[in-house]
Amino acid sequence: MATATYTNRDTVQPGRTLLRLATAGSVDDGKSTLVGRLLFDTNSVLTDTLDHVEQVSKRRGLDRTDLALLTDGLRAEREQGITIDVAYRYFATPARKFILADCPGHVQYTRNTVTGSSTADVIVLLVDARNGVVEQTRRHLAVASLLRVPHVILVVNKIDLVAYSEDVFNRIATDFALLSRSLGVRDTHCIPVSATEGDNVVVRSGRTPWYDGPTVLGYLEQVDDTPLAVGSELRFPVQHVVRPQTARLPPWAASAPAVDGDYRGYAGKIESGRVSVGEEVVVLPRLSRARVEAIETPDGPLDLAVAGQSVVLRLDSDIDVSRGDIVAATDAPPAPVRDLTATVCWLAERDLHVGARVLVQHGTSLTKAIVKGIDGALDLHFEVGEVPGWAPVDALRLNDIGRVRLALASPLPIDSYREHRTTGAFILVDEADGWTLGAGMAGATPFAANPPPARSDSFQSTSAQPGIGKS
Amino acid sequence: MSTSALLRPLTELQALESESIHIIREVAATFASPVMLFSGGKDSVVMLHLAAKAFWPAPIPFGVLHVDTGHNFAEVLEFRDEAVAFYGAQLKIASVQEYLDDGRLQERPDGTRNPLQTVPLLDAISAGKHDAVFGGGRRDEERARAKERVFSMRDEFGQWEPRNQRPELWSLYNGRHLPGEHVRVFPLSNWTELDVWDYIESEKISLPSIYYAHERQVVLRDGMWIAITDVTPVRDGEQVEFRSVRYRTVGDMSCTAAVLSNASTVHDVITEVALSGLTERGATRADDRLTEAAMEDRKREGYF
Repeated sequence: MATATYTNRDTVQPGRTLLRLATAGSVDDGKSTLVGRLLFDTNSVLTDTLDHVEQVSKRRGLDRTDLALLTDGLRAEREQGITIDVAYRYFATPARKFILADCPGHVQYTRNTVTGSSTADVIVLLVDARNGVVEQTRRHLAVASLLRVPHVILVVNKIDLVAYSEDVFNRIATDFALLSRSLGVRDTHCIPVSATEGDNVVVRSGRTPWYDGPTVLGYLEQVDDTPLAVGSELRFPVQHVVRPQTARLPPWAASAPAVDGDYRGYAGKIESGRVSVGEEVVVLPRLSRARVEAIETPDGPLDLAVAGQSVVLRLDSDIDVSRGDIVAATDAPPAPVRDLTATVCWLAERDLHVGARVLVQHGTSLTKAIVKGIDGALDLHFEVGEVPGWAPVDALRLNDIGRVRLALASPLPIDSYREHRTTGAFILVDEADGWTLGAGMAGATPFAANPPPARSDSFQSTSAQPGIGKS
Repeated sequence: MSTSALLRPLTELQALESESIHIIREVAATFASPVMLFSGGKDSVVMLHLAAKAFWPAPIPFGVLHVDTGHNFAEVLEFRDEAVAFYGAQLKIASVQEYLDDGRLQERPDGTRNPLQTVPLLDAISAGKHDAVFGGGRRDEERARAKERVFSMRDEFGQWEPRNQRPELWSLYNGRHLPGEHVRVFPLSNWTELDVWDYIESEKISLPSIYYAHERQVVLRDGMWIAITDVTPVRDGEQVEFRSVRYRTVGDMSCTAAVLSNASTVHDVITEVALSGLTERGATRADDRLTEAAMEDRKREGYF
């Protein structure tokens, strides 16, 4: 069982890791209460916050402390009694620190689930035991699948309101297993919970003797936290070129090796894979090759660095490398493309039409693009056992998930999102006002076969021409 | 190093440090004139340390700005100047006192100067044509902050519009903005107070001395320990005591309280913070108690 209390620092395990979660559920599934319960039972709520919540509960005439109030954010939300925006919560146990993206469940806030899922290692999906798997559950699981969240927990909440019935739980779990299979979600786990009563959130419940799996927190502490990215090929988007103009460093860096006017390093974060000194790499999109001469950090040089680390790479040859380029493994690097077909979650109030001019932000590069076609939008009104299909559309509207063809102004070395959750992703940006319009994922979707190109336009192929039109 | 060791994920602090460095580098690469707020407080020191690491072995490519309320602890100002020299940064100061002296701002009846920082801050941002401003805010500090993006858009009046925030996906930070707008950037968004202290310990980062236990003349006022200073003199009927205290935040003297403490080392402080039952703002920031939505209101007005 999880040992939740974390007030004794000596119990903190060395090398404690970070796990990112996202929550999703419908209105009234008790999501705020579950999150409040996780914070409360891990001692992550401090006395003054709790005092405040107790006062508000009393003022509202409640006979017990409403833990949902712990996650109550902005004034506009308190006035309307709904949650508007993704809120980030933090809690920790001796084994792990958790960052939780608390995503509102309202239908029109699918974009928040997309946002929260984009960085999540685990998605915590809620259903009301009285209602089971509903449309929002199917929709949210489809999003989790599209965004390739590695692990999914289904919290069957309010199990107290169905008299802790094993039959009800099993029926929901069977539905969910079927749904997961059809959506291509592999790692799932169902837990019977009463967030209000505290059953199986942090403390194992005596009222569900038929359930022998972990509690919610127990699961979160045990789930495999090895990032998938570490196992895939090297991708290192160059953020900036380090060329010190002066060899004079401030006192804090006194121990740094001497740098002269010839020093040239490439700063960035390894998004996937690993890199070691002496290894041959390829620099995209120009496909020039070099060897890694050194991996440097202010804490000392490294022989090898892995996904997640921010480092400075030095290469052995004087090839042209600048911001926006990607240093990659020589094994099967993505071919730079001028025509990009991707699944796009539309996040803006304004619609997307064929012919629109947008910016594509990918890795550390920004490229102009024109929308050449919208081949369909996913119909997320589907039943358990079915697979969402593509419906023909004339435009993408807020919260639509569509199949979009883009012509790019310069060749983009973009991966398939399936293998590379970072360098397979991009956002669409409005060139005029800078608004983030859409979230794109290159390659096939996990569950729906690609739709045929829409007939409304002629898609003219513009094959890659390296060096031309580079922004 | 064995392969299995390599396949271990980064530790919490390694992951947080790397994420912050990535954010800071993105800003330097995509904005014309960034500036970093620096008060000498622990969060801003950690942020400056991360900036130094982000650009090593080159110097930090932007300046730092302190909005000085004129009510700062002497120990903190002294530390501020030392830290700026240590990390090789250029310091600019926006002075609330100057605004009070020439009548552009008036002292508030309650003597609190934190709300007065907004105007000098916005003036300094427009005078410096700063299109990106780094702040040390963390999402665990307060309920309004929990919903703020890492890149947070501000209009010409410096206002935050919580209902109209851009979605922020993966690690793709979008800082495009219209002329006159600027972006507030929070590289420590995902850090908690304990993470900051753990990092200070592991990186051996120096802090102003008042973060550690020291003897000081204090009074108990509205349940908070207030130091007796020129700015906060003893009031009638108050009992002055000589106690061992430390500060959990080092803001304006008029609204920052001390906590009773014997924690004289980083390790002691970490133990104390882990055991503490009060959030740092609730414990020691009188200005957040003004109204239930105090922080949200000040953020909308352009305060960090």
